[in-house]
Parts: sequence; structure tokens; C-alpha cells
Amino acid sequence: MANRIPRVPVREQDPAVRATNFEEVCYGYNSEEAQLEASRCLNCRNPRCVGSCPVHIDIPGFIRQMVDGNYAEASTIISADSSLPSVCGRVCPQETQCEGSCVLGIKGEPVAIGKLERFVGDWAIDHADELPRPEIKRNGKRVAIVGSGPAGLACASDLARAGYDVTIFEALHAVGGVLVYGIPEFRLPKERIVAKEVEAVKRLGVKVETDVIIGRTMTVDDLLDKEGFDAVFVGSGAGLPRFMGIEGENLNGVFSANEFLTRANLMHAYDSHYDTPIYTGHKAVVVGGGNVAMDAVRTARRLGAESVIVYRRSEAELPARVEEVHHAKEEGIEFKMLTNPVKILSDDKGWVKGIECVEMELGEPDESGRRSPIVKEGSNFTIDCDVVIMALGTSPNPLIKSTTKGLDTTRRGCIVADEEGRTTRKGVFAGGDAVTGAATVILAMGAGRKAAKAIQEYLSE
Amino acid sequence: MFEIVSRRELASNIVEMKVNAPRIASSALPGQFLIVRTDPFGERIPLTICDYDPKNGTVTIVTQTVGHSSHKINDLQVGDKFDDVAGPLGRPSDLLDLPEEELKKKKILFVAGGVGTAPVYPQVKWLKEHGVTADVIIGAKTKDIFTYVNEMKTVGNVYLCTDDGSEGFHGMVPALIKDLIDNQGKTYDHCVIIGPMIMMKFASLTTKEYGIPTMVSLNALMVDGTGMCGACRVTVDGQTRFTCVEGPEFDGHKVDFDEAMRRQNMYRNNPKIKSETDNCKCNG
Ligand SMILES: Cc1cc2nc3c(=O)[nH]c(=O)nc-3n(C[C@H](O)[C@H](O)[C@H](O)COP(=O)(O)OP(=O)(O)OC[C@H]3O[C@@H](n4cnc5c(N)ncnc54)[C@H](O)[C@@H]3O)c2cc1C
Ligand code: SF4
Ligand code: FES
Repeated sequence: MANRIPRVPVREQDPAVRATNFEEVCYGYNSEEAQLEASRCLNCRNPRCVGSCPVHIDIPGFIRQMVDGNYAEASTIISADSSLPSVCGRVCPQETQCEGSCVLGIKGEPVAIGKLERFVGDWAIDHADELPRPEIKRNGKRVAIVGSGPAGLACASDLARAGYDVTIFEALHAVGGVLVYGIPEFRLPKERIVAKEVEAVKRLGVKVETDVIIGRTMTVDDLLDKEGFDAVFVGSGAGLPRFMGIEGENLNGVFSANEFLTRANLMHAYDSHYDTPIYTGHKAVVVGGGNVAMDAVRTARRLGAESVIVYRRSEAELPARVEEVHHAKEEGIEFKMLTNPVKILSDDKGWVKGIECVEMELGEPDESGRRSPIVKEGSNFTIDCDVVIMALGTSPNPLIKSTTKGLDTTRRGCIVADEEGRTTRKGVFAGGDAVTGAATVILAMGAGRKAAKAIQEYLSE
Repeated sequence: MFEIVSRRELASNIVEMKVNAPRIASSALPGQFLIVRTDPFGERIPLTICDYDPKNGTVTIVTQTVGHSSHKINDLQVGDKFDDVAGPLGRPSDLLDLPEEELKKKKILFVAGGVGTAPVYPQVKWLKEHGVTADVIIGAKTKDIFTYVNEMKTVGNVYLCTDDGSEGFHGMVPALIKDLIDNQGKTYDHCVIIGPMIMMKFASLTTKEYGIPTMVSLNALMVDGTGMCGACRVTVDGQTRFTCVEGPEFDGHKVDFDEAMRRQNMYRNNPKIKSETDNCKCNG
């Protein structure tokens, strides 16, 4: 019986070695391993995995093709629903999505859907030249995309395939959004994967203009009224970092995770050939428990600092992907759970010398269903450190809202849009983190694709 | 790619460049800045926009060589290209928000120090175009390092001062502010100060004595310049603000200059840190 085969383990870099380099942690399956793992899938008649995939990829369908090594077919099946399989295969929280619902997971280990998806995505990148090029009939209508993250790329790619003349405007000098500035190289290789996904989008005829800040260089109104675009999609993400508002947060040595990761990833500060500096000190404390916190703490570790996670709830509530927590632990990261900072301590020159924390305990569940942490009075203690990195979440940047007429946002700064991405402004669509607040790559990609459909309907009215 | 169309040395180590950047040239306003990156290995360096010419599609930047990155910028010659020039960033000067009538009544003093002179120029020029001639104090250590004096004279009433008395008033900027008000019968109801952080601190203290509302343009450390990282945060009136989106101009009487100076030097002369850097508006 197929399901008797245990889940095929995936090869990874030795933790002791990888904690000192920025090479990818996980090597992924080779063809043989992928076929073996694919053979574990039961090809369920009512596949639970598909229902839990935010974009409903035909999972048993593409896995079936893999069993016989029909990777081109598998790739075509995935592309019907996802434009970034090699990215999503690496960064999706599979344990709460597809794999979390896989029927094999009830008694044993679920099918390694993420690793299989990654294999197909990488295979397609390596064989891009052999895959059929879609015939595109241009319709002459022009769409502007604001932001080149997963939402913008997915929207652009669907519209280009449908014949639209698409231009992406990106504020930074590099294309990819969080995929290039946030998620580190050791989890998502930039040249080998992200740049290739971007190239694929450009091959469809999508134009990309970097160094254009919509709201400053040009406004959304300019795009529609002066630059001759027929519709605009806003996929500007949720890049504004939050701080705690505690004493000592502006000391030298306190960074937002966004700053720390941007220096490391976008600016390559970990590589001495690049000019941008980065400071990790001897011991770095990272506050937070999400993917961003894990990425920051593992980056600090790789740059040579002893590194600690401080999180106010318990391990069960860590919002990060399970694989990231597991990898972080293997790399020697210390986890201080049920701990919350109250003050950052300064040396006599205004640099961080420690962080004062309190212990927490879990109380009653709050609206989100998670048990809310309560301070244990009088439990204050200090962790000596010279760097503190705040990974407390982000919210959308107010620039576009404040420079675009008739574009409503919620109280939390998120752009108001319906399920298909229509905003309160005619001709302006939005999706991804800009609408939902910080979420996931797959949701952003899915939102970009839905908006692409809505834009086509709007422009053929 | 953004080509350098003209280049001249204003003083030793201070270079003015006109760069081809049509989109920025047609949207820039006085008080805003841009970010340049010389090459794929370069830092993102913020620089104040010193002039802009929508007709020819150029923006003017003035950079003082202080470290590796500003050196790289100033090494570029006519015909060379920046990999990236992004902007305009930050909020335009508050003066632009005033109704014309109110603006015309204003008595405005600009205070420029060191390489901060060029960034003052677009504001003074804009005022001149709107019927207001402002007084402009330009301070320098010694006369050889004055820049932009002739340009400034075409748009404002210029008062020079030098620390060593080699030209103009003998003394520093705060002393000249006092002299103008106490001895020359001048009154002001708005002041804009741009220059080294330490000069802005002391000049602001002086204008505070006279109760003159004062804006300063902060040259904080930056990475993205779009509100994404918080590297540029400063404390104004007890609140944390992001210089790149909420500034660069803030109320000079409320800025925590000591913190701002400490943060500005975070990566400078720090043996614990790999590379020498000068990422903070090189002309501020
Ligand atoms: C460190 C980190 C780790 C993460 N890890 C994971 C993970 O493991 N799994 C997962 O699923 N998700 C993860 N996420 C979340 C995920 O990356 C985001 O949900 C996703 O990238 C959102 O996509 P987006 O296209 O909406 O926005 P973004 O990726 O944020 O892209 C927005 C782009 O728009 C640009 N932009 C913004 N404003 C303007 C403007 N005015 N003009 C022009 N351009 C503009 C920005 O520069 C940016 O490039 C992580 C996020 C971070 C920060
Ligand atoms: S639930 Fe698991 S076994 Fe069933 S189709 Fe999906 S991946 Fe295959
Ligand atoms: S420079 Fe990054 S937020 Fe201001």
C-alpha cells in the first residue's frame, strides 16, 4: 500500500554549518525522491488538501503527474491556480493549510505537498525554455500596477497573458517586494528563484519601472488622468513597522525587523562586497514570534551574534511556520516564551546594554480564540544584550491613501476592497497585504489574480 | 539609469551635479529629498533636492565627501550614470501650504550652514517667485568653503558669517541671528534652518529665545526612505517620528537633537561595524 511508505525526508544543510552562512537551508527533493513522495498521495476523491489551499490548487492532480515524472504536466496544472510555485513551496505555512488537512496526517505524516510543489516550480524554472510560450493577443488597454510583491506580480502576469499592456511601478530599486527585502536568502534564494520568477513575468511583456514611488513621483490620479492607464492595481503591501512604545526604543542598537532584514537582504549587508553596514553586536534579542521574528533572529545568528527570541505567549501560539521554528532551534537560537519587554536599558553612550522583561502567564481566550497573556507582577528580570530587534508586525503605508482621491481605508489603514479587489475608487483595484494587513504570500498572490479578473471585467464593460 | 549632465566643484570636497531624472524634476517641491544609489553594491544615500528643472528634466544635488559612499558619488563624472535615483521623498516645506496673502506678509529668515546652503536655495527661490524676499544667513568656518552664495544672492538678502572672521560677520550663526534682530532692527516670524545637526541645535535655541517659529531639516540615517524601516526615526515633542515620511522638516524647538546626533553616528567610527558609511543626507 502506497501510504505505508514513510514521508520521504528532505535533505538539509547541517545546522552547525548553515548557522554561519546564507546558503539555502533546505536542498529540496531530487527527481527520485519527489516521485517516491508523490506516490504516497491517495488521490482522494474528495481531497481535503485542496479545500485548505487558499487558491485551491488541484493538488492530487499535479501530484499524480509527478509519480510518472510528467513534470511539465504537473507545472501546467499548478499554473492554473498559482503563479509562484517555487516561492510558495518554500514559504507557505503548509502545516495549517494543505498538509494540515491531508488525510494521511490523521494517523501518520501528511504528503509533503510543499516540497513537491517546490520541486515542480524549480523544475519549471530550469526548463523555462522548453515550456510552451502562451500566444498573446494584445488588446491595447493599459494597466498600471503599484508594487512588485507577490500581489502585483500575480496580477501583472495574468493581465499580460490576457493581452493587456501592463507596467509595474516599484518604489525600491529591486523587484519582488517582501520576497527581496524581507525573506532571507537562506529561505528563499534571490538570484536562483525570485529573479527567475520576475523574469518569467517580464517575458510576458510586462514592463517594470523601479525607483517610482506612487504618491510622490506620480500619483494614482496621474496614472489614470495623465499617463493614460485605463485601470490601476495597488499591491503596495504592509511595510510600516510597529514599535512597542517602551522606554529606550530609540537607543543605538534598536532596529525594526524590517530595517535589519532590509539591510541584510535588499542591501546585502552580510556580504563585505556591499557598502551598506549592519550591526548585530554580540547578543541580539528579537521581540516577536512570527516568520519575521524567525528570519531576523536567524539572520543575526548567521552574522555571528548569540540570538534570542522573546515572545509574550507560549510556544503553541508562535505564529511562525513550524519549519522555521524547528530550524531556528537547530541553529542554536534560544527561545524565551511567556516573556514581554518593558524597557530597553542604555549604557552611558546611548547604546543598548540590556532589555528588561516581565514573565507572562496565559489567561482566558480573547476574541481571536488565543489565550491572552497576563503580566506576572514583580517578575521583572534583565537580559544583557547589545542589539534589540522589534518584530511586532507591520501595517500599510498611508502614502497612497493620502494622495489618492476617493480611496477609502479602514481604521487600521488597510485599503477597503471587495472580494474581487474593487476599491471605493472607480478604476482602482487593490489586493494583498495593502488590503488585509500583513498576511501571506499565497493570499497576496491569490488576491492579485482575483483583481486581474475583476480588471478584465471592468475594462470590457 | 540616471545620467549626470553637469558637474562642478563648489569647494574642495563639495560637488554639485545635475542629474537627468525627468519624473522627479516635474514632481519635486522645495524641502523634499531623493535617494541615490551609485551602483549595485552601493548604499541608498539620501540627498536634499537643491534645484529642479522640469523643462530640461534635471534635478540638482550637492554632496560633500565624508565617507566611502559620498566619495563614490563625487567621483562620478559627466556622462556617468547613477543606477538609481528615487524621489521626491518627504513632505515639502510647510511654507508651501500657506495661502498667498498670508505668505506675502511673512518675514522669513533662512539659516544655512556648511553644505546646507544649497538645500536652502530652492525654498528661497520659490519664495522669490511668490513675491517674498527672505533674509538668508550663510555660515561657514572660513571664507574658502562658502558655496552657493552667488546663486543665493539672486533670490534673497544674503548675510555671511565666518567663525574666523575671514568674510562677513565674525562669529557663528547664532550670534549673527542675534545681531540682525538686536542691532539691525530686523524682525522675523518664521525661520528655516538647514545645516549640520549641531548648528541646527544651537541656532534653534537662539530663535526660541526670540519666540520665532522654526523648522529644521533633519539629515537622519535612512535605508529605504519610504517609511518601511524606521532607521530614520527621531523624537519630536516626545513622540517618535519617521524623518523620511513625516519630515524631513520638523519644529526645531521640539526636536531631540542629542538623540538625533547620537543616532546619526551609529555606524560612523564604530569599530564594531564592518564598513565605513556616511548614510545620512550628505549635504544636510
Ligand atoms: C520577513 C518576512 C517574512 C515573511 N515570511 C513569510 C512566509 O514564510 N510565508 C508567507 O506566506 N508569508 C511571509 N511573509 C508575508 C508575505 O511576504 C507578505 O504577505 C506578502 O509579500 C505580501 O505581498 P504584497 O504583494 O501584498 O506586498 P509586498 O510583498 O509587501 O510588496 C509591496 C511592494 O510595493 C512596493 N510599494 C509600496 N508602496 C509603494 C508606492 N507608493 N509606490 C510604488 N511601490 C510601492 C513596496 O516597495 C514593495 O516592493 C513574510 C513577510 C516578511 C516581512
Ligand atoms: S489529502 Fe493528502 S492524500 Fe489526499 S489528495 Fe490531498 S495530498 Fe493526496
Ligand atoms: S528611511 Fe526607512 S523608514 Fe525612513
